[in-house]
Amino acid sequence: MNINTTKIISLLFFIFSVFYLYLAYQIQVFTFDENAPFNAKTFPIYLGYAGLFFSGLKLILPDPNTIKVKHKNLEYKKTVILILIAIIYGATILKVGYFLTTSLFLFASYYFLGERRWILMFLLSFPFVAAFMYLLHGILDIYLRDPFLQSIGVMR
Amino acid sequence: MIEGILIGLTTALTLQNILMVMVGCFFGTIIGMLPGLGPMTAIALMIPITYGFEPATGLILMAGVYYGAVFGGSTSSILLNAPGVPGTVATSFDGYPMAQQGKAGKALAIAAWSSFAGGTLSAIYLLFLAPSLSKVSLSFRSPDYFALMILGLTAIAAFSSKGQFLKAMMMVVLGLMLASVGQDSLSDITRYTFNNMNLTDGISFVLVVMATFAMSEALTIILKRNDPTSAAKQVSLTELGSIKINKEERTKMYKTIPRSSVIGFLIGVLPGAGATIASFLAYGMERNVVSDEEKEKFGKGSVNGLSAPETANNAACSGSFVPMLTLGIPGSGTTAVMLGALLGFGVQPGPRLYMTNPEIFWSIIMSMYIGMVILLILNLPLIPYIARILAVPKNYLIPLILFFSVTGIYVMSFNNFDIYLMIGIAVVATFLRLYDFPMPPLILAFVLGGLMEENLRRSLLLSNGSWEFLWDRTLTACILATTILIVVWHIYKTFKKKN
Repeated sequence: MNINTTKIISLLFFIFSVFYLYLAYQIQVFTFDENAPFNAKTFPIYLGYAGLFFSGLKLILPDPNTIKVKHKNLEYKKTVILILIAIIYGATILKVGYFLTTSLFLFASYYFLGERRWILMFLLSFPFVAAFMYLLHGILDIYLRDPFLQSIGVMR
Repeated sequence: MIEGILIGLTTALTLQNILMVMVGCFFGTIIGMLPGLGPMTAIALMIPITYGFEPATGLILMAGVYYGAVFGGSTSSILLNAPGVPGTVATSFDGYPMAQQGKAGKALAIAAWSSFAGGTLSAIYLLFLAPSLSKVSLSFRSPDYFALMILGLTAIAAFSSKGQFLKAMMMVVLGLMLASVGQDSLSDITRYTFNNMNLTDGISFVLVVMATFAMSEALTIILKRNDPTSAAKQVSLTELGSIKINKEERTKMYKTIPRSSVIGFLIGVLPGAGATIASFLAYGMERNVVSDEEKEKFGKGSVNGLSAPETANNAACSGSFVPMLTLGIPGSGTTAVMLGALLGFGVQPGPRLYMTNPEIFWSIIMSMYIGMVILLILNLPLIPYIARILAVPKNYLIPLILFFSVTGIYVMSFNNFDIYLMIGIAVVATFLRLYDFPMPPLILAFVLGGLMEENLRRSLLLSNGSWEFLWDRTLTACILATTILIVVWHIYKTFKKKN
């Protein structure tokens, strides 16, 4: 059997299905429901076996269309930085507020993607988010939590 | 009937009402483009405003918002691969690749015309078939719905070519597994939540679709930025914004629209089925009837592949009005909100409405239709400008897509966990996409998962655990036979091609 990344993904999916199936059997159902033709764990059990079946087949059968990814051509550094910025954005959005975090997220993302036109970067972050917030919160009356703007009295 | 249509038209075509529908279409399009805010939210947002108007005017405003939101959803699917509502997921399968080939304007125009044609044809079906179809909608039982979900899953065949079948099936199982997270719908027992309260209600559709489509697309673009094999083709703004549909494309649409509108309308009539299943089914069916050459283009920017789901989802929207107007049963979330608004105006939909107050019945249908006409008139000239979103440099577009995705989740849940979960799923999806694991089957299964489990549960409980329910009813057997025929035909064609 030729080992390639697709096979490794299939193996991981197989292991994941084993774990999923194990948890499916652990689901606690009501006593009166235990022997019912269908209860809360029936469908997950079917799914666990289906996962084992298809990933098992993918592992065993030959793979005529092997995908080869040229890793040296991929921009891992920028992608990881952007994911990290998104995680920081997610972590701060509730505490700091929508306006400031979103504007900073956009500004930082433009910067790390190689943009250096400062005025355009600024316009497409702070004023853009303000306009977007006005549309959502001011016109469409969709609530946006923002402790920062509330603390400086811009938003109620 | 003619008299009723004329009364409906007279009511809908006053200056005030036309203005209302224009305002509704404009706001609806904006709301629909935002992930998480689909037609249902758009209409709900309009209810307090409409109570200040006459019932007909209020309904006309809502009709404009409704169709605007559906069109807005298609726009974000085509341009950004960010379908905010389940009904427009299938639109992105071919709409987004078409936009990436520099034909964004054309893709939007095809979507607009297909939606309009789907809506027009379904309005005709609605005029003639509404009362009799309401009885058909009630004859559907759980086994039939279960069989329908299985039939819907055959759409994955479109993504399983060239040795991709097992990968597509693994994605289907993963989608169903994700759908199983959260409280069991009947017993309220929690599954796969790991005692995390944030998972009790399950994973939201918008989160999964934003992670696997919009966010992972954005990450893939950055990842493959320096890959010479995936360098984006430079296209001119004129080409990007062109809405010209050539003769060959029109011919394809002429064939696709009638059959997809029938599927869409019939599925829309069934309570609970709705635009999502209709669009997936129409997409899958279309692929089964087109030539081999066209079939190869599915998923890569096929005109048929774009036109079919767009026609079907709009036809299903009109179809969903059949049970609401004739039986007073809302078949979808959107029609449930509409029903609430109608009740607020003192209009009681049900079997008597058609007979005792035909003018109201026709006014509603006509106002819905006029909403669609105005939307087309308003949006077609705007398409060249909307399409230019894709001309925005990637350094700006990518962060904006990410911002768009996170906002959709933030507005819906106001919690950090959902944002982390979305980023996590997006990272996994990006990795899987690198190795050609298709994402549409995952979304299709995720959408159908809950309904499938619910109908399988009911069917098995009613038949005391026996699987005989699969062939006990003629309707169930017919739907399953169609599914088997499609699968066998697909296998036969694959073998024939190999030999």
